[in-house]
Amino acid sequence: MVVDDRELKFSQAINEAIDTCMAKDPRVYVMGLGVPDPKGVFGSTLGLQQKYGTLRVMDMPTSENGMTGVAIGSALVGMRPIMTHQRVDFALLAIEQMVNQAAKWHYMFGGQMSVPLVIRMIIGRGWGQGPQHSQSLQAWFSHVPGLKVVMPATPHDAKGLLIASIEEDNPVIFIEHRWLYNVSGPVPAGWYQVPLGKAKVVREGSDLTITATSYMTLEALRAAETLAEEGIGAEVIDVRTLNPLDETLIMESVARTGRLLVADTAWKNVGFSAEIVARVAEKAFPYLKSAPCRVALPDCPAPTAPELSRYFYPHAAHVAAAARRMIGLSGDGRMAELAPAVPLDVPDPSFTGPF
Amino acid sequence: MEREILKRLFSEMLRIRMVEEKIAALYPEQEMRCPVHLCIGQEAIAVGTCANLARDDYVLSGHRSHGHYLAKGGDLKAMMAELYGKVTGCSKGKGGSMHLVDLSAGFLGATPIVGSTIPIGVGAALGTVMRGEGRVTVVFFGEAATEEGVFHESINLAALKKLPVVFVCENNFYSVYSPLAVRQPEGRQIFELAKGYGVESHQADGNDVVEVYEAAERAVRKARRGGGPTFLEFKTYRWREHCGPYYDNDLGYRSEAEFQEWRQRCPIDRMKERLVRESLLRQGDISEMAASLEAEIREAVVFAKESPAPEEEQLFDHICSP
Repeated sequence: MVVDDRELKFSQAINEAIDTCMAKDPRVYVMGLGVPDPKGVFGSTLGLQQKYGTLRVMDMPTSENGMTGVAIGSALVGMRPIMTHQRVDFALLAIEQMVNQAAKWHYMFGGQMSVPLVIRMIIGRGWGQGPQHSQSLQAWFSHVPGLKVVMPATPHDAKGLLIASIEEDNPVIFIEHRWLYNVSGPVPAGWYQVPLGKAKVVREGSDLTITATSYMTLEALRAAETLAEEGIGAEVIDVRTLNPLDETLIMESVARTGRLLVADTAWKNVGFSAEIVARVAEKAFPYLKSAPCRVALPDCPAPTAPELSRYFYPHAAHVAAAARRMIGLSGDGRMAELAPAVPLDVPDPSFTGPF
Repeated sequence: MEREILKRLFSEMLRIRMVEEKIAALYPEQEMRCPVHLCIGQEAIAVGTCANLARDDYVLSGHRSHGHYLAKGGDLKAMMAELYGKVTGCSKGKGGSMHLVDLSAGFLGATPIVGSTIPIGVGAALGTVMRGEGRVTVVFFGEAATEEGVFHESINLAALKKLPVVFVCENNFYSVYSPLAVRQPEGRQIFELAKGYGVESHQADGNDVVEVYEAAERAVRKARRGGGPTFLEFKTYRWREHCGPYYDNDLGYRSEAEFQEWRQRCPIDRMKERLVRESLLRQGDISEMAASLEAEIREAVVFAKESPAPEEEQLFDHICSP
C-alpha cells in the first residue's frame, strides 16, 4: 500500500475537490461573487477560471437570492452548480430559494426532478467580523427536510465531503469555518469521497463522548489531550454531516461512555447542540451517568471588539472544564494551560488580518 | 394568420375555460382539498404564448398556473388527479394545484411564492445554453412579481447573459385584494421597468389572443436565434376571487362595474365572434367542440375521483433523491 503523506491546507483541499469534479464531469460549474477574483474566496477557487473558462467558473451579480434560483433552474435541466458565498450571512439573502425551492422541488413534484446543487458558505470569525459576518447557522438549514448539511473539520474531509456533495443529487449546504482554512493535514491526491451522513470517531476514550462540529472538533481534540493527562478518557466524534445525522455512531459511543458533551460553533439556544442532547436523552437515557452538557456560543450576537470576543468564543479550556464537571471533578483543572496562546480574534499567531 | 392557428387558439382557450369552470363547479364538494387560483378571464395569455413554443421548450409559472400548464400541453387527467390529491396526479399528490408539472410537455414546474420561479426559469435558460440546447424558456408571472427583488435580479442576469428567455407578465391589477395603486407609483407602465435593464419590452392587450400570439411569436423567435430576452406585459383581469371558485365583487375591494367592463372583453367571446364573422367556424362547430371538451373533462374528473389516494408510507417518499 502506498502511503500518501501529502499535506494540504483546508483551502487547498476545497480547491482540489472542485478541480477534481470539474475535470471529471462537464456538468459541474461554479458561480459566486468573487469566485475568479485575485483572492479566489480565500484561495479555495484560485486558478479554476484559468483552467475551466468563464462559462464554468463565473463571477455573478450581487443577487444572492436570484442567483440561487438561477443555480436551481440550471440544476433542474441537467447542470451541477456550486454556489459560493463568502459568508454564511450573505447566503441569508437566498433563504427563500434555498428553503422554499431547492429543498422541496424533489418532494413537491413527486420525485420527478432533483436539484444537484452545492451551496458553499463560510463562517467568518474574528478580526472584527462582528454580528453580520460570523454567524454559525447550521441549525437553520438542518431543520429543513430536503437540505443536506455538511461541516468538515479537516482538509481530508473537506475534500472528500465536498466531492461527495458535488456528486450528490440533492441540495447540500456546505459550511466551511474560516479558522480551518489555514490548517494543514494529509489529503490524498485524486478522486475520493467521504460519504455524507457518516460521523467519525476522531479520538477514542471511555469516560465521556464529546460530539463536535466543524472548528470545535479541533478545540475538543485539544481538550481531550489535556484530559488524558489527567486520567480522563474523552472520545471525540466529528459530526461531519449534520443532516442526515449519524445518530447511530453517537448513541453507540454514549452507550459506552455514559456521558455526552456537545461542542458546537453556534449559539446554544435552539441550536444544533440541543438536537444532539435531545436525541441522546430520548434514545440513550438509561446509559447516562450525568446530565448532558453543551459548550456553545453565548446567546448574544457576535461582538466586534477583540476584548469582547475573548468572552464570546468557547475553546478547549471550556470544553475540558465542562468535561471535568461532568465527571464530578472541579472544572478548573489546568484551565490556564489550555487558554489560547493568541487572542481569540485571530486563528493563529501568523495571522495579521484582515480576512 | 392561418385559419388553423386561429381555430386552435380558440379551442385551447375554450378548453381552459371549461376546465376552470368545472373545477369551480365541483370545488364546493370539498373533495379538491387544496387552494385553487382560477385563471378564468386570463386564458388568452397562456394560449397565445404557448402556441409559439415547441414541446421541449420550457415553461414555468406561479400560483395561477392551470392555464399555462394546459396550454403547454400538460396532461389534463394528471392535473385533475393532482387537485384531488391522488397518486396519479402530476406530482403524485404532493403538490396540489399550486405545484403542477409535466416534464414530458416541457412544463418544468409552478410554485406559489410570488416571483420565485422567475430566477429558476432564467437558470433553466442558462442551463440550456450551457448544454448547447436550442430551447426557449418562458416564465409566466403576475404584475405583483415585478415588486419582488428577485424579478429585478433575474432580468438583470438574463440581460447580462443574453439568455433565451421570455418574461410574460400578466397584469391583472390586483395582488390578492391589493390594487396596483397601493403597490406601484401612479403612471408607471410595468413593461417600462424591463427597458431599464436593457431588455426589449412590449405591452399588449392580454384579452386579445391574436395580439398575444403575435407579440410572443416575435419574442420567442428572437430568443431562439440567440437575440436574448424579451419582457411582455399583457393587461388582463381575473374574473373570480383570488383563491377559490367564487366571484367576490361583493367584498368591495373592486367594483362590479369594473368586472362587468372586463367581462365585456372576454377573450373567448371576442375570438368566437371573429371566427363566426369570418366564417371560420359556425355556431354548430363550436357546440360540437364544447361537447367534445366536456366529455374529455368529465373523463378526467372521473379518473381523478376514482384514482387511489397516497398511502401512509408515501409520506417519506421523495424527500431526497436516492
